Amino acid sequence: MTFELFLQHFINGISLGSLYALIAIGYTMVYGIVRLINFAHGDIIMLAAYFVFFGVGLFHMPWWLAALFSIVLTALVGMGIEKAAYKPLRDAPRISILISAIGVSFFLENFGIVVFGGRPQAFYSPEVFQRVIKLGNVSIISLGIIIPIIAITLLLGLVYVVNNTRTGMAMRACSKDIDTAKLMGIDVDRIISLTFGLGSALAAVGGIMWGLKYPQLHPLIGIMPGLKCFIAAVVGGIGNIPGAMLGGFILGLGEILLVAFLPGLSGYRDAFAFVILILILLFRPTGILGEKVAEKV
Amino acid sequence: MLEIKNLNVRYGGIHAVRGIDMSVKEGSIVTLIGANGAGKSSTLRAVLSLVKKTGTVSFMGEDISRLPTREIVKRGISMVPEGRRVFADLTIFENLMLGAYIRKDEEGVKKDIEWVYSLFPRLKEREKQLAGTLSGGEQQMLAVGRALMSRPKLLMMDEPSLGLAPILVGEVFRIIRKIHEEGVTILLIEQNARMALKIADYAYVLETGAITLTGSGQELLRNERVTRAYLGGAT
Repeated sequence: MTFELFLQHFINGISLGSLYALIAIGYTMVYGIVRLINFAHGDIIMLAAYFVFFGVGLFHMPWWLAALFSIVLTALVGMGIEKAAYKPLRDAPRISILISAIGVSFFLENFGIVVFGGRPQAFYSPEVFQRVIKLGNVSIISLGIIIPIIAITLLLGLVYVVNNTRTGMAMRACSKDIDTAKLMGIDVDRIISLTFGLGSALAAVGGIMWGLKYPQLHPLIGIMPGLKCFIAAVVGGIGNIPGAMLGGFILGLGEILLVAFLPGLSGYRDAFAFVILILILLFRPTGILGEKVAEKV
Repeated sequence: MLEIKNLNVRYGGIHAVRGIDMSVKEGSIVTLIGANGAGKSSTLRAVLSLVKKTGTVSFMGEDISRLPTREIVKRGISMVPEGRRVFADLTIFENLMLGAYIRKDEEGVKKDIEWVYSLFPRLKEREKQLAGTLSGGEQQMLAVGRALMSRPKLLMMDEPSLGLAPILVGEVFRIIRKIHEEGVTILLIEQNARMALKIADYAYVLETGAITLTGSGQELLRNERVTRAYLGGAT
């Protein structure tokens, strides 16, 4: 393999990895505070892509406006799901809320099939994203560079918000000790709602870019990226924000490089993530950056 | 200042607090003593709406029984929880800022951080360190400092000397007195009954969820039953 070819694969991997990272954040932030794996998170990606699709196709919005509209709407849907399906179960045994999450996921998928239709649609992709950029012997599509730039900017922004703002501090407090956070006068319900909103907004950006990268749209597209990003969050250490990013990049790069170096295994592309998951659970169940904490007594 | 009437707390089938009445006068130190599981912590947690309860709690003449915790904190009650519960992954400075979460007056908050640092100089030296790196005694100071950052009128302390070396226990009580002198009313739960009664203006003895004895700190120190049950018999 030439260096140029490797570089090309590497950029592809970073691009996919940054998408995984964006989506994985939502899993990890929600888990950090509510201790819930939000299985509906993957389907949120699908909704975001459809919102853009309808914004452009049905309401004739300019592309960027449709994207903005989709991000806001998706965040609201994420917050709505929390209010309707998770909040009433907050004091219930943890298994109930998990079942509720699986239920919401099935609901969204079937809602998509009934309302959006099961037939795949073509996702509209503006010309800006499809330009071929040549760097010496390496040629890449502009999207491959735009995705990581947007994703990394958003990830850095998130890290800044979490580490340097009052609300971010309240989020960190809630993720460590909800009771004591209440004692500080923190409105825990608001923080949880905000966490769902923020996670869903990032997933929406991820979902839209996913649509641009793989422009075939149908109501079940969220399932596989949802699962992989969940794995990314676990690999990095669930509950840990930098961990989710790291996990996303490991999975994205790993997947692309596996196919590049061992083309014979390309059919096992999706299996790669699950192999990593099994290995991590066997050898480091708390994830790469996860803390070794015992359950609170 | 704080009036508790017919307070009940139930956890599933367990009736942890059974219809107690209590009052805390402004400017006083009141202590609540009793064995483990007598319902002391549940009482404090019920005042702050951290557990479900029945009965009424009023503060400065206002019924606060149905208010969410943050509204009660805003009205001027704060608590040093049992086991300190500092945010280990946050710095000392951040912990103190969280204590002031409900406040909007940035200038006042800055001043009060300096005030807390003057009470506990150790905290200033370690401002940028994670709270988890502090020793038990220092974490207790941080928990007290954090509770003071909301500028409470009433400070409730749940076992502040628990798990501390004897030399630090004296230090904790010195600090409680000092905070009291600054005009903060104090409701104290202690397993160290002797020291608590010594500084208390008024005391309640709680047994299996009910108040069995009340009186001034001095009276209870001389009470034979208290002496036998909580002061290890020696007088």
